[in-house]
Amino acid sequence: MKKSPRRLFWLIIALTLMAGFINLPSIKTISIGPIHKNINFNPNTILTKFRINKEFMFRRGLDLEGGTSITFRADMSGIASTQRNDALNGVKTVIERRINLFGVSEPIIQTSSVIGDSRIIVELPGVTDVNQAISLIGTTAQLSFWEEGATGSAKIASSSAYPLGAVQVLGENPQKSSLTGKDLQQASVSFDQNTGKPQVQLVFSSDGSKKFAEITKRNVNKVVAIVLDDIVIEAPRVNEPILTGNAVISGSFVLDQAKTLSTQLNAGALPVPLSVLEQRVIGPTLGLESLKKSLFAGIIGFVIIILFMCVLYGRLGVLASIALFIYSLIVLAIFKISNITPYGITLTLSGIAGFILSIGMAVDANILIFERIKEERRLGKREEVSVELGFTRAWSSIRDSNVSTLITSAILYQFGTGVVRGFALVLAIGVLVSMFSAIVVTRTFLRVVSKN
Amino acid sequence: MINIIGKKYWYFVISLIVVIPGLIAFILYGLNLSIDFTGGSRITVSFPQKVEKITSEKIKNTLINQNLKVSTVEISGKSLLVRTSPMDQKQNIKFVSMLSKEFKGAKETQFETIGPTIGAETTANAIKAVIFASILIILYITWSFRSVPKPASSLRFGVCAIVALIHDVLVVVGIFAILGHFFKVEVDSLFVTALLTVIGFSVHDTIVVFDRIRENLKRMMGAPFSQIVNESILQTLDRSLNTSLTVILVLFALLLFGGETIRWFIVALLVGVISGTYSSIFNASPLLVLWHELAEKRKKTKS
Repeated sequence: MKKSPRRLFWLIIALTLMAGFINLPSIKTISIGPIHKNINFNPNTILTKFRINKEFMFRRGLDLEGGTSITFRADMSGIASTQRNDALNGVKTVIERRINLFGVSEPIIQTSSVIGDSRIIVELPGVTDVNQAISLIGTTAQLSFWEEGATGSAKIASSSAYPLGAVQVLGENPQKSSLTGKDLQQASVSFDQNTGKPQVQLVFSSDGSKKFAEITKRNVNKVVAIVLDDIVIEAPRVNEPILTGNAVISGSFVLDQAKTLSTQLNAGALPVPLSVLEQRVIGPTLGLESLKKSLFAGIIGFVIIILFMCVLYGRLGVLASIALFIYSLIVLAIFKISNITPYGITLTLSGIAGFILSIGMAVDANILIFERIKEERRLGKREEVSVELGFTRAWSSIRDSNVSTLITSAILYQFGTGVVRGFALVLAIGVLVSMFSAIVVTRTFLRVVSKN
Repeated sequence: MINIIGKKYWYFVISLIVVIPGLIAFILYGLNLSIDFTGGSRITVSFPQKVEKITSEKIKNTLINQNLKVSTVEISGKSLLVRTSPMDQKQNIKFVSMLSKEFKGAKETQFETIGPTIGAETTANAIKAVIFASILIILYITWSFRSVPKPASSLRFGVCAIVALIHDVLVVVGIFAILGHFFKVEVDSLFVTALLTVIGFSVHDTIVVFDRIRENLKRMMGAPFSQIVNESILQTLDRSLNTSLTVILVLFALLLFGGETIRWFIVALLVGVISGTYSSIFNASPLLVLWHELAEKRKKTKS
């Protein structure tokens, strides 16, 4: 390493260019004055070449993007302890499906188990109507079909044992059929050809079609009730057996209701009941404002550091500033790249604070080295010797102090939730890259400069 | 040469003057804990114009009518901040629709509800995190300074670093206890983050001085311990001040331009960084000398 500062120098330049390239935003058209040029420039084209179906991007947290975060508690009391993990993952899948149908981009759905408590954390960027979100995620849409039972037979149960309205349309003894929402293949919204009203179209699976055919055969000229979540929503009279496996719930919906119902039916029922433990809604304007302010503060902070270093250490300070610039490029590129791995880093307000703070710590490493170089010079050593000594002698304190920061960030990550974790992760990445920038980048620059 | 070690008791007194009032405030009033720790709801509503029609009394009453406990109602210019016991969806909708009826264009910009279980968990985790971090750092320093020559012992370095760290934690917590009582400043989970960052920074600073002591112990064999420590402090003084100054300048930039949300987070960091710089120079290393002197004295009286 010591023998070829030049090779290392070019390596650093290459790394910087790569990081810079990844950080570039995607541009479609450029227009400078009268010149209008169509340029299709996008760092993501590399990914498409490698057939990676993801994007280099900064994933912004809810505090910067605006949105809703909800923590649910899953009630596992009805489920054997050996099956709880599966049940929790089942809940997660159902929620994922429901949210996808809801059309939220970039949702984050996580499960966590805290001693005796199973939780699902859902983050929905851009969604600010928490009530709508909770009712969509949390409601179980359970579809069932009821038919008339034998009249006057056996005991008459109280009407509360049946779905609301069932006794009125089906008589004293309604019977639940074996056909349920599980037999559905697909639900969709369509419009009644005569009235133009929205309705929900049901297509049953082959098994469900058979069951439905039997029910309709049994009940020609009788009423069959369609029950959703224990309420009769429709009770049509069967005119003839339906063998095709298609049915329609016409009800009296407005369009949104029909959409929500079909969404819920498609997503299926939740295996366990959920209750809301925590919810946060951040308005989109507040998020944007925070983002602008923290970016501005970051730039100001960066400029202050550069000025400070240049004034204090002159030529050395300029080199350190370039190293800092490279440091920032690399860290930002890591944020972007992390998004194509399973360990995507979400940038939050505290994360940005952590990043700016880590710039401060990166500067510290440089200051330690430069002060040491100054000292060695004062002792009368030659410049080249003092530079080398400065680096080797400052190393132990840089190592020890940074390791202690890494310990703190590891513990923050372990014990923290959401906000705290983001901060810890960014700080740790910052510290690691800052060691690289202070030791390798600055040193190589110094060696190359002093050789010329 | 400036003699810092000679005046060590003065520096300890200065530390006490800062720490004791905060500690008293902490014992008397505690911290003004946010719903992150206690559980509850926080609602921010913004209005298109300055609010005059709605009084905080009225808002309080409507909330109390819904069986909610109200802890604060703050009206400042165009925005309203309300903190209550956990509020559910229906109560929230009712409240917001009441406001928009009363005042056109009222908009809920933030609505958070944190259940009491989560609050208790956050508190427990925060305390655990601070304790675990301290223990691991003592262990790391003790291990990293294991080859330190006599008369010093590596465990002493670790313990003194932690004493300086506790000093900084007490300063920050104390000042926030005072701010919380007199200026209603809240402590949230970001505060814990700030505290842990201060811990990291404090140890970071202390280690730089200790590292120099370790080096000088080998180089200045035979010199009195207090002189070695004094010289090490002076040699690292430029670095300590320059680094702290950069960090403080950056924090000031964040404080001025970073916006409302992270303001108190930054204040906590600023206080902690200043305290951390002070304690690494004027507490940790002088303490090392004090310990050494006490140990020497005991040795003499024994023999």
